Amino acid sequence: MSEPLLEVRQLLCERDDRVLFENLDFSLNVGEVLQIEGTNGSGKTTLLRILCGLTSHYEGDIFWHGELRTQAREAFNRSLLYFGHQPGVKAVLTPLENLHWYSAMHPSMDASRVLWALEQVGLRGYEDVPCHMLSAGQNRRVSLARLYMNDAILWILDEPFTAIDKQGVAQQEALIAQHAINGGAVILTTHHELTMPGPLRRLNLDQVRETL
Amino acid sequence: MNQPLSNPDMPVKQTGMAVLFCAVMKRDLMLAFRRRSDLLNPLIFFLMVASLFPLGISPEPTFLEQLAPGVVWVGALLATLLSMDSLFRSDFDDGTLEQTLLSPQPLFLVVLAKVIAHWAMTGLPLTLMAPLLGLMLFLPTEGMGGLMLSLLIGTPTLSLIGAIGAALTVGLRKGGVLISLLVLPLYIPVLIFGAGAVQAAVTGLPLGGYLALLGAMLALGIALAPLAIAAALRISVSG
Repeated sequence: MSEPLLEVRQLLCERDDRVLFENLDFSLNVGEVLQIEGTNGSGKTTLLRILCGLTSHYEGDIFWHGELRTQAREAFNRSLLYFGHQPGVKAVLTPLENLHWYSAMHPSMDASRVLWALEQVGLRGYEDVPCHMLSAGQNRRVSLARLYMNDAILWILDEPFTAIDKQGVAQQEALIAQHAINGGAVILTTHHELTMPGPLRRLNLDQVRETL
Repeated sequence: MNQPLSNPDMPVKQTGMAVLFCAVMKRDLMLAFRRRSDLLNPLIFFLMVASLFPLGISPEPTFLEQLAPGVVWVGALLATLLSMDSLFRSDFDDGTLEQTLLSPQPLFLVVLAKVIAHWAMTGLPLTLMAPLLGLMLFLPTEGMGGLMLSLLIGTPTLSLIGAIGAALTVGLRKGGVLISLLVLPLYIPVLIFGAGAVQAAVTGLPLGGYLALLGAMLALGIALAPLAIAAALRISVSG
């Protein structure tokens, strides 16, 4: 693979007259896990939202398979799984209904794997319980179950381990490492010390700012 | 977990458009049914408008008869407006709106399905309830057909226009007032021709022209509003 999966050139983001990052260059290849680090408010979430195309308040170019992301939007969206700040789980729907909706919205998700995915995240027996009856951690697990049932190449995960217990974190780490080995790529933010096997690259937004 | 990853060059499994449309509608209808209080709110408002008017103005049947078309239509319009704010609000708050925007599926279709589901939960029951209100306001029976037909064609347009306002204001903390300001001017033509249709029906004049104009507005709304809604949602989420 000579061409990087995702390439970012000269990215600049300004928020409320404050420059979050400037001249940010990096690329992501298949098989890599990239951890974005930085203090609170350093722009981690903003960077992830820019990368997946939710925010358009930036300058610079983002390339997907060597093509401008804005032009390859559909192909990009098809290969993307985004786990955001909010888990994206409807409180009045059951985990099963939530995941079925996701699989209708994202063709990369396999509806036949829903029950298996819920079992993997430890929600067996909760399939038909409305999500507002579940705990915060369980709600996030519903959303994390998507990781087990899709073929998207690029995972962008914003604080995926928040409110998840130790055992769950270890399991997700293994899953992320496995995804990279299987030919995927992961960008994530977390304040948790990652102890996963395999290569891990770090990008520290505070250092990016200091070197300006 | 050794499932092979899909190659981007490989043809990807495409969920059919109809399947997507039904899935979105089913989800929104299910959500509405599980929050019944939200469902009843516009209907109760509609009923209250009609029941308070005779008390506030005059219980005289000949007088109310003249007001009835306008009152019922204004009531339906305001009830729709009242329900608009919730269309994207909860999706925005829990992050499912972001996920919708990141979906490779056509946003046009998703948005249209959402608006139709919303209409089925507000505009349609309002239309079905309208004859009751007409009766309370002494609307002559000849006017009932016109009332229901005009509401049936007019309320989807109201939902479509209202959804543009809802999409534009969903990112703001207090969007309610702003929606009214944005949307009310666009509601006026629908109101004029809607109430006009009822008036014509009461007096025995042909309805065709009014209904055709309402239909034209609806056709225009279905074709263009989802584009505006989708663009507005992208702006709101981006902010």
